[in-house]
Amino acid sequence: MTALEAGLLLAAGLLALGPAGALVAQRTGGAAIVSGASAALATAFVAVGLWALLAAGPPVRTVLPLGLPWIGAHFRLDALSGFFLVVLGLGGAAASLYGIGYMRHAAAPGRVLPFYGPFLGAMALVLLADDAFTFLVSWESMSLLSWALVVSDHRDAEARRASYVYLLMAGLGTMALLFAFGLLAGAEGGYGFEAIAAAERGPEVTAAILFLMLLGAGSKAGVVPLHVWLPLAHPAAPSHVSALMSGVMTKVALYAFIRVVFDLLGPVAWWASPVVIILGAATAVMGILFAIVDGDAKRILAYSTIENVGVILVALGLALAFRANGMTALAALALTAALFHVLNHMLFKSLLFMAAGAVLSATGRRALDALGGLIHRMPVTAVLTLVGVTAIAALPPLNGFASEWLLFQGILQSPGLPQPALQLLLPATGGLLALSAALAAVCFVRFYGVAFLGRPRSDVAAGAVEADRWSLAAMAVLAALCVLAGILPGAAVDLIAPAVGQAAGGRVPPQLGNPWLTLVPVAEVQSSYSGFLVLVFTTASAMTAAWLVHRLASRRLRRGPAWDCGFPLADPATQYGAGSFAQPIRRALGGTLLAARERVEMPPPGDLRPARHAASTEDLAWTWLYLPVAAGVGALAARLNGLQFLTIRRYLSLVFVSLILLLVGLAVWN
Amino acid sequence: MDGLAFDIAHLLAGGLVLVSFMMLYQDRLYALLNVFALQAVVLAAAVAWQARIQEAHHLYVTAAIALVFKAVIVPWALHRIMQRLGVHREVETVVSIGPTMLAGMGLVALSVVLMLQLTAAADNPLAREDLAFALSVVLLGLLMMVTRRNAVSQVVGFMSLENGLILAATGAQGMPFVVEISVAFSVLIALIVIGVFLFRIRERFDTVDVGALDEFRGDRQ
Repeated sequence: MTALEAGLLLAAGLLALGPAGALVAQRTGGAAIVSGASAALATAFVAVGLWALLAAGPPVRTVLPLGLPWIGAHFRLDALSGFFLVVLGLGGAAASLYGIGYMRHAAAPGRVLPFYGPFLGAMALVLLADDAFTFLVSWESMSLLSWALVVSDHRDAEARRASYVYLLMAGLGTMALLFAFGLLAGAEGGYGFEAIAAAERGPEVTAAILFLMLLGAGSKAGVVPLHVWLPLAHPAAPSHVSALMSGVMTKVALYAFIRVVFDLLGPVAWWASPVVIILGAATAVMGILFAIVDGDAKRILAYSTIENVGVILVALGLALAFRANGMTALAALALTAALFHVLNHMLFKSLLFMAAGAVLSATGRRALDALGGLIHRMPVTAVLTLVGVTAIAALPPLNGFASEWLLFQGILQSPGLPQPALQLLLPATGGLLALSAALAAVCFVRFYGVAFLGRPRSDVAAGAVEADRWSLAAMAVLAALCVLAGILPGAAVDLIAPAVGQAAGGRVPPQLGNPWLTLVPVAEVQSSYSGFLVLVFTTASAMTAAWLVHRLASRRLRRGPAWDCGFPLADPATQYGAGSFAQPIRRALGGTLLAARERVEMPPPGDLRPARHAASTEDLAWTWLYLPVAAGVGALAARLNGLQFLTIRRYLSLVFVSLILLLVGLAVWN
Repeated sequence: MDGLAFDIAHLLAGGLVLVSFMMLYQDRLYALLNVFALQAVVLAAAVAWQARIQEAHHLYVTAAIALVFKAVIVPWALHRIMQRLGVHREVETVVSIGPTMLAGMGLVALSVVLMLQLTAAADNPLAREDLAFALSVVLLGLLMMVTRRNAVSQVVGFMSLENGLILAATGAQGMPFVVEISVAFSVLIALIVIGVFLFRIRERFDTVDVGALDEFRGDRQ
């Protein structure tokens, strides 16, 4: 049995977990068995993906007699899909492990379990598909199954609205993909990926396909301004599904983009890359700005996903720019950064969503302003979350820093590009990325500080208890992987190399032989980074400092009053809250980008009502893009509605006039 | 094909278009029925002439069907319907005669230009012109249905549209006989259905003005 057949069997197993989940959902322990089975299958996917990466042989293909008669369903396993299978397997296994504990106290497991396994299976099939038809069917199944998971809490009006917006955007995205594959079709309409890759096409068609892919895959990945569904839908799902949607499904969308643009499309003109880079930079900055001003723990994480997708998109655009100029090694560097960040973002975003889920099940609240002081009630969760926020804030020695550092190495090579436009654009992009990395640090200091530090802001936060063992185990695995990928970036880069080689045609030099586990992306004289040494030095200096402090000062543990801005009130609401943390950034950057407004309602003298201060932000994409489009569609529909109530004679005239117009058209065109 | 045969076929087909124009400016129902009967006679003659020059004898049957049903039975039936309904004898046109005639000329020009262009590759000039005339008759029939408000004249417009179809069918050589019979029957069935429909309208609204239907639905325009 080849690895591909094993992968297909595993996907079939995951699909079969759907009916099984529906059958056993109501039984005690049923959810645990189904979640455990999906964890095992997902772990096996990691093995399949690793095999494809390490064997690094030619792609394995097979045809199953499914789908369209006489055409069948084509599947293929190569290094690129292998890498993404590893991402899917790790994320899926951790989420399933978490699900064992989480589903125990779920309100309606019957609404989640039947869709959970098939959702994983559909994502695996997207990664394995080798013809447009199979790809689109798997893609649409993935969309619909995740939609079902989003709407699982159907009594919540927010979740219903989220699922509606998600369904619309998913439809738009699939339509764009459909058009893209229509343009991609090879000679004689071959829709197999081999025929597509072999076909010749002009620069205009290539650019059109690229933009359609940006629309189709970008809407699923959350590229601004197609991101609006993401902060609604990702938080609405159960937390381990949120982790899957943010950590894995956005990556599957990026896989679609990489597969088509880097693998199938052939050479892309250099002027297409600035579009990708600018979109990516805008996505990164806007995503993290939204995250900073939002007050909902899970929505913050969803917005941060948008930021990370932007970072990856910049790396992909950079790789396109380098590749268009024949600089294969640098293209490989940028693509390595992109894929490494794909892996890292899956690790820490899944971890953080699970942490948010643990907090949600312990307190029942998602609003940061209802939390606080959880580090005392949920110490293990707090430590694991700290690893996650350190990683996502791109602090060394964790993995988020390693991949963003690689990306910056790529951007620093941009003066070598021949086009002045790119030479000007890329330093500015680097600045924007640095800004978004700094803002991410702000965002997660706020996230962690408000939720876990300080004093509890509500009774439920004060009475929270630690999460169950399964959830903690899942988070611990992800946190350990975050640390591991942070101090062994060379191993990760070497592992990614076959996938990069397939998509970019080159690779970064092998890293595992370097002394001190150092990462040397281009040349020793230019730059190198060793997560291991940073870990050693930070640990050593921190321990020395702690030892010195305790040695020189008193060893005695002292307890004093919590810092209260010199305003000794007992009320925990006087602490710094989510809004107060966000205020400086909101005022500095949000005025235009978020349309941030502040309003103070001061009652007249003698009135006993308290004065009120209200801060509001809005998503300009809603105001300027979606609401006008929705209004236009509504107006058009209202006008067309009149067509249902015409007189007989007007219907006849309609037929008559359209016939005449067609005939005139025929006469003119001939 | 000798010149005379061509000229006569041309004359008859052109006559059909001319009669269609006559129908357009009839504003009395009885006169409209008479003109419709005249059109059927011309159609029968045109089809018979086609039968002669193509030596396709089954077309004589088509001509006979056209003569019997369309020139005699259908006008007679409609005549009776109108008598039984006691409808007033004026045709209420929505668009006045002048613009209607101008539009009709435009339609004829369009169909001639279009057909002669499209069939430029065909070597039979007679079939080409027949098709152009047939399309004109079809479009004029549609125009009549659109510009009249009275259900009876809409029926007549529909039947004249069918005449155009039959002309097209017979002008092309080797059209199977079955098709013509089915066309004739479809027309007959349409007549029956529309006749029943007229009585229904009449029973309910006391008029065959289709405007009454709009009033009934509350959205008179």
